[in-house]
Amino acid sequence: MEALSFEEAFAQLEAAVAALQDGQMPLERALHYYEEGMKLAQHCSDLLEKAELRVQQLRIDDDGTPVLEPFE
Amino acid sequence: MLFLDAPSVLSVSQVSRYLKELLETDEILQDVWVRGEVSGYRMYPSGHCYFTLKDAEAQLPCVFFKNARMRSAAPELRDGMAIAANGRISLYERDGKLQLYVEDVELIGEGALFLRFEQLKARLAAEGLFDASRKRPLPASPSVIGIVTSPQAAALRDMLRVLRTRYPLASVILSPALVQGAEAPAAIAEALDLLNEHGEAEVVILGRGGGSIEELWAFNDEVVARAIARSRIPVISGVGHETDFTIADFVADQRASTPTAAASAAVPDIAEWRAHVVELQQELTEFMDAFLSDQREQLERTRRDLLRLNPQYQLERLQQRLDDTSALLQARIQYILSLHHERLRGIALRLHSLSPLLTIARGYAVVRRDADQTIVTSMQQVQTGDQLTIQVTDGHIHAIVRR
Repeated sequence: MEALSFEEAFAQLEAAVAALQDGQMPLERALHYYEEGMKLAQHCSDLLEKAELRVQQLRIDDDGTPVLEPFE
Repeated sequence: MLFLDAPSVLSVSQVSRYLKELLETDEILQDVWVRGEVSGYRMYPSGHCYFTLKDAEAQLPCVFFKNARMRSAAPELRDGMAIAANGRISLYERDGKLQLYVEDVELIGEGALFLRFEQLKARLAAEGLFDASRKRPLPASPSVIGIVTSPQAAALRDMLRVLRTRYPLASVILSPALVQGAEAPAAIAEALDLLNEHGEAEVVILGRGGGSIEELWAFNDEVVARAIARSRIPVISGVGHETDFTIADFVADQRASTPTAAASAAVPDIAEWRAHVVELQQELTEFMDAFLSDQREQLERTRRDLLRLNPQYQLERLQQRLDDTSALLQARIQYILSLHHERLRGIALRLHSLSPLLTIARGYAVVRRDADQTIVTSMQQVQTGDQLTIQVTDGHIHAIVRR
């Protein structure tokens, strides 16, 4: 889960909530979704707290291909 | 050093004064009409106006004093207007600046820049470059944002500040470009193409801070318009101030009034996401609670069902049925017995009423001949010496017939 981007984690969180809305699933699965969902929510919050805008600059390499380099 | 004291060496003031005199004694320059385009128009609180008249090759500073403005019927000036200004040309000695002291202004139709602007706009519109159907939706939460602007510009710092605050989850790829001057259109187009070639950016902000109409003019260039149109990545334009509209604004997938506004439009606000995450977390807990209470209820229902089906209960119920049935049986048999009893009593009573014993009790007796046990009811039946048994209520009397 650590590797998930905010968008991915958020999408999964939404999916977990949607899944839980279906009351017909087995308890074990419901608990699984709940626990996963709570972890995803925490992960999302953590990402939001820690996020830092990354800025790079594009330039054209000697062989004409665009390459990224740090900005500032 | 030698000629310092020579009479032919003039001081700045002297030469300025001389120039001023020359200008002010020239008949043509003292009442002249000059045609050009208004640029860099500024009005000061004093009521004096300053602007530059320009054409393709040259420019002339102009000052339009408040009094002169009041006297004339000059229209409200703005940048890009093509005008003819009447006045005198003189030297502003302090700055060594030649300027037109305007007395009157007449419009001479739309400025050339605006004419070109309108022509290009009409042509591109006819081509369908501004069609709403061409506008692509912006990604809701782009993880990579391209920016085409000048790396030194304040606009870039403003945009980065907004992105940092609103959506630090993203990363930014700056594709640097000159944003003013003759080279700017090609540079902007190239920078935008480069972002497309690189391909990671999900949305591009084309930004430039406020400036004079000339400074923003690159964004009215067809080369830039074409580059925006062919960009596979959606483009947000944020050029100049609220009131500035450029061709780039019309072609872009979304127009923002300023670079800052463009940055805001490009990304969601992290604060909303934060709230959204909390919301989802609550929902998750609510659903889980609902789910669990639902399960609990079902469990309780099932438990009751199970209880109902317990063999012990079955047994007890059977036992009760057995009890009930045997009680019924008992009652039935009692009834039948009592019925028989009643009948027996009836018969016994009848029997009793017919019993000879009753007759005997009243003093009659039953006499039997011992020889054959026949009951003697007539004299003819007995002879002397016959042995008889006389039955009375409490026993038998044995007798012998004497005669």
